[in-house]
Amino acid sequence: MFRKKSTSAGSAKDRLQLVLIQDRTNLSALDLDQLKNEILEVLARYVDIDRRAVNISMEQDGREQRLRADIPLKAATRANRR
Amino acid sequence: MTAKVITITSGKGGVGKTTNAANIAAALALTGDKVVCIDGDIGLRNLDVVLGLENRIVYDLVDVVEGRCRLAQAMIKDKRIPDFFLIPAAQTRDKSAVSPSDMVNLCDQLRPDFDWIVIDCPAGIERGFRNALAPADLVLVITNPEISAVRDADRIIGLVEAEEKGPAKLILNRVSIDMVKRGDMLAADDVVDLLAIELIGIVPEDPNVLVSSNQGVPVVLNEKTKVGKAFRNIALRIKGEQVPFLDLDEKDNFFGRLGKVFRGANH
Ligand SMILES: Nc1ncnc2c1ncn2[C@@H]1O[C@H](COP(=O)(O)OP(=O)(O)O)[C@@H](O)[C@H]1O
Ligand SMILES: [Mg+2]
Repeated sequence: MFRKKSTSAGSAKDRLQLVLIQDRTNLSALDLDQLKNEILEVLARYVDIDRRAVNISMEQDGREQRLRADIPLKAATRANRR
Repeated sequence: MTAKVITITSGKGGVGKTTNAANIAAALALTGDKVVCIDGDIGLRNLDVVLGLENRIVYDLVDVVEGRCRLAQAMIKDKRIPDFFLIPAAQTRDKSAVSPSDMVNLCDQLRPDFDWIVIDCPAGIERGFRNALAPADLVLVITNPEISAVRDADRIIGLVEAEEKGPAKLILNRVSIDMVKRGDMLAADDVVDLLAIELIGIVPEDPNVLVSSNQGVPVVLNEKTKVGKAFRNIALRIKGEQVPFLDLDEKDNFFGRLGKVFRGANH
């Protein structure tokens, strides 16, 4: 996906990759950010998470899109155990 | 014979639908098959001039659909290529003069007498696109290695899938190998990665396309051009043959080869 040096064709491809996902899912870049934040808010009500370690991304799988989330959970400590 | 209907579409205008429709249809006829092409671009007909048949039009698609003539009367027979016909679009009417079911009926009437029916689709996703899609057995999406053409192709591919006319196949038109090598043009692999559909043709950018349309002679009839070869290869792939993609990085004319020899001698 990444070229040796940054070429104009390389930026066309990178930009298209993002815009095609937005077109296909009908989600703008802003919508996707908001979706991520809301997912994190819900998760935080149940489990302890480190927001910076969370990775939620939209991936292309052929002509299908997939929302993939990698969410490491912190071990529950006595203090924060409900 | 039971013709297969090939619809040539793109979303964006000006990417080469009419050029591809004319040349792929002619190339199929040159393999010995019986072919009719239909200009689906009502109000903006062009397939007639690209094929050089504009002076022989008496009746058109809308005349057939509205019963003003028999189907056979609207078919113009090409005199250079055996078994090659055109049904021209109406120039003075709008797209709503024909419906998707009219197109299905028309193609059903033509199917027993032909091997291939090739439909040139107008730009956009409105009535003319729906008309051209309705009878399709195979949809070919034309795009250019250019950001807005690829984006529009993706929309069209999605619509074709939604209408259960997929999977569409891709033709990448107007490739300049020198620009690809400089990193200033998307390569075929990039476009296939992005669109995730099967590639059936790579057509080079070639001034002979303009020369041919000036003269009203499909460029496939010019045996010497690489672009003509690209169209003939697409026809063979449509017919199920395995044909490798052309090496666009090789000069296709005598002077190109000569130039290479001289450049080689200097080193
Ligand atoms: N491979 C090519 N090389 C050079 N010029 C091309 C090529 N394909 C199309 N063209 C030119 O691009 C213009 C638009 O092509 P056309 O087939 O009319 O597109 P569309 O039907 O999609 O609007 C025409 O002037 C045509 O000659
Ligand atoms: Mg056209």
